[in-house]
Amino acid sequence: MNAPPDVDELIQRLADGLRPLVGTPADTCVVGIETGGAWVAERLRPLLDPELPLGSLNISFYRDDFSTLGLHPRVGPSTLPVDITDKTVILVDDVLYTGRTVRAALNELFDYGRPAAVRLAALVDRDARELPFTADVVGQRLAIEPDQQIKLTGPEPLTLIFQ
Amino acid sequence: MTNGSIHNKPELAQYDANGQLRHLVGIGGLTAAQITRILDTADGFNTAPGTAPTKVPLLRGHTICNLFFENSTRTRTTFELAAQRLSADVVNFDVGTSSRTKGEHDLDTLYTLQAMGATLFCVRHPDDGAADYFARHVAPGVSVINAGDGTNAHPTQALLDVYTIRAHHPDFHNLRVALVGDVRHSRVARSTIAALQALGATDIRVVGPNAFLPHDVDQLGVSTTTDFAAGVDGADIIMGLRIQRERIQGSILEDENDYHRHYGLTANNLAHAKPDAHIMHPGPINRAVEIDADIAYGPNSLILEQVRNGIAVRMAIMALIAGGRTPNDTT
Repeated sequence: MNAPPDVDELIQRLADGLRPLVGTPADTCVVGIETGGAWVAERLRPLLDPELPLGSLNISFYRDDFSTLGLHPRVGPSTLPVDITDKTVILVDDVLYTGRTVRAALNELFDYGRPAAVRLAALVDRDARELPFTADVVGQRLAIEPDQQIKLTGPEPLTLIFQ
Repeated sequence: MTNGSIHNKPELAQYDANGQLRHLVGIGGLTAAQITRILDTADGFNTAPGTAPTKVPLLRGHTICNLFFENSTRTRTTFELAAQRLSADVVNFDVGTSSRTKGEHDLDTLYTLQAMGATLFCVRHPDDGAADYFARHVAPGVSVINAGDGTNAHPTQALLDVYTIRAHHPDFHNLRVALVGDVRHSRVARSTIAALQALGATDIRVVGPNAFLPHDVDQLGVSTTTDFAAGVDGADIIMGLRIQRERIQGSILEDENDYHRHYGLTANNLAHAKPDAHIMHPGPINRAVEIDADIAYGPNSLILEQVRNGIAVRMAIMALIAGGRTPNDTT
């Protein structure tokens, strides 16, 4: 197993890939999925445009495993600083895996409004998708054994670790 | 369901072996960590005043039944809104138009509604111990939340009270609380005292005429005084309580005007309190008896905040109870 990739490098790669998709602060906002995606979004924004509105989504109340696992121990309010209707939302996740987190995030986003577009940025994209989602921009694709996990730890420093 | 019978039974397990909340019939036995988990979960459901309320799909497919054998406005409404905002189906059982008036036993009512698919009952009842009694008789996988039973307990009100207090006074260990009024007949006071103590509060005073002071002061672990000025001196929170006329047999209070003069939360009486003391009241308020309108809706009042917080706290309790269980999981 190789060493996990450098997070700052991946965030820079995300910024480079996202730049053509980002408009002005009036029509684009960055939204990170708690917890790791929110950390990445916070680092990503200054590389795109520091004036872009920044929000975070806590998807605990939208997860599809609630009926089997119950509530996540850490629940908190989502924070969207602007009305997302008719705006481009840059949705940021740390690890894109089954797609279930993205599904929950989209459900929640649409409870807040109807975005003009949602662009998905994932720091890491690993195999084993269970739902038909693909990221618009990826920091790095990684092939990981099914019994392995990759996890973003933070907020300072941001580090990817294999488990 | 006779007065006091609940104290002769083994304590109902409100949490299961996995630490999952199954029923909420009282505050007694809850740890600070368990209460804090409920309050932290409520934070996730709380929206700032003026912003759109949170509506989430957590309890889609669940049927929640408000089983109210006593009148209620705010409690039933907040339970109903909480259930709706969790996307549950809600049934409001109206005792006035129910078969209970034809002699149906309360348990028959419960079993009938359970057969219709209710998975969670929010029960208000005039008898002490009613919620505990129902919780012992529901099917496995069906839960009961006590929405107030007799003079016994009102745990959801207590939790929204401490939730409201926490937002302004996070350190319960150094908190000074004065409960003013009819503590003897108040289920809210008993539950709120228990919640405050579980979170570390030690300076809790009960203030009122002798007729309203509790008989079991030693068990409650609070101080009592008939002197309003001494009771509210230095208090961070002053909580007025409604005179529970429906639970008082005979005439216990000779003169409401006299009560208002001595114990009412009025500008005149509150001159003895700290200028920044927060005013609370579980509602409904009796204007010009236990509180004046200018105090109830004044700058130091948290009363409407309590009402607003009631929805988020009840959503949290319902979500924690129903989590890890499918609507059809009654085994």
